Amino acid sequence: MPHLSHAPIVPDQVTAELAGEADGAVVTFVGRVRNHHAGRSVVALAYSAYEAMADAATAAIVAEAMARWPVRVAVVHRLGDLAIGDVAIVVAASGGHRAECFAATSWVVDEVKRRVPIWKRERYGDDSEAWVDPTAPAGTIPVQG
Amino acid sequence: MTTYRVLLFARYAECFGAESLDVQLPAPATVADLVLALRQLPGGELLPPQPLVAVNLTQVVSDHPLAPGDEIALLPPLAGG
Repeated sequence: MPHLSHAPIVPDQVTAELAGEADGAVVTFVGRVRNHHAGRSVVALAYSAYEAMADAATAAIVAEAMARWPVRVAVVHRLGDLAIGDVAIVVAASGGHRAECFAATSWVVDEVKRRVPIWKRERYGDDSEAWVDPTAPAGTIPVQG
Repeated sequence: MTTYRVLLFARYAECFGAESLDVQLPAPATVADLVLALRQLPGGELLPPQPLVAVNLTQVVSDHPLAPGDEIALLPPLAGG
C-alpha cells in the first residue's frame, strides 16, 4: 500500500490489508483534522509533501519499527485539501499481542512527525491562511503567508 | 563553478516565488555554502540560518559536501502526522 494518498483514507482498509490469522492484536491510530489550533478556529487545511522523500522516509520508519517489535506496520498519510474531521493519517500495527502493537504505533506516529517531509497550511475562520510550524515556541501566532 | 538545482517546498517555495532554483558555487561546496548563497538571493532573507536540507532524499548536516547531480531540497519545518 502506498504511504501517501491524494484520496480519502479508509482506516478499515489499511488494517484489513495488515492483519493476519496469527495476529491477536491490531492497534490503529487515526489522526483527524481538528477545528482549532493555537487558539484559532481552523476551517480547512492542505497537506503537501516532498513526495519522493516522504515515501522513502516513511518506508524506512516502517522497516525500523518491524525490526524493533514483532509486528507488521502500515502507514498512510493524506495529501491535498482536507476538511474538518477528515482522516489525515492512519498508523496501524498488527501482531501477536497488544503491548508491542501499542508501542510500535506510538513510536511510528512520533517518527513520522519528526522525519517525514510533509507540510500543513491551515485556513482560519477569518479566511486568513498560514503554514504550521511545530518548532515555533508555544503561543506564537502562525506565520502569515 | 558548479550549478546545483535546489528544490523548494511549502513556505520556502513562497519565499523565493519558485519551486526550484539553480545556484552556482565554486567547487568543492557544502550545504552551508549553498544556504549562505540562497540567503543572499531575493526572498532568501526569510530563510533561517540553518534550514533543514535533504540531499538525495536524506536529511544532512550543514558540512555535508555537495556533488554535481545531487538532488538537493530545502525543507521548511516538518508538519505532518
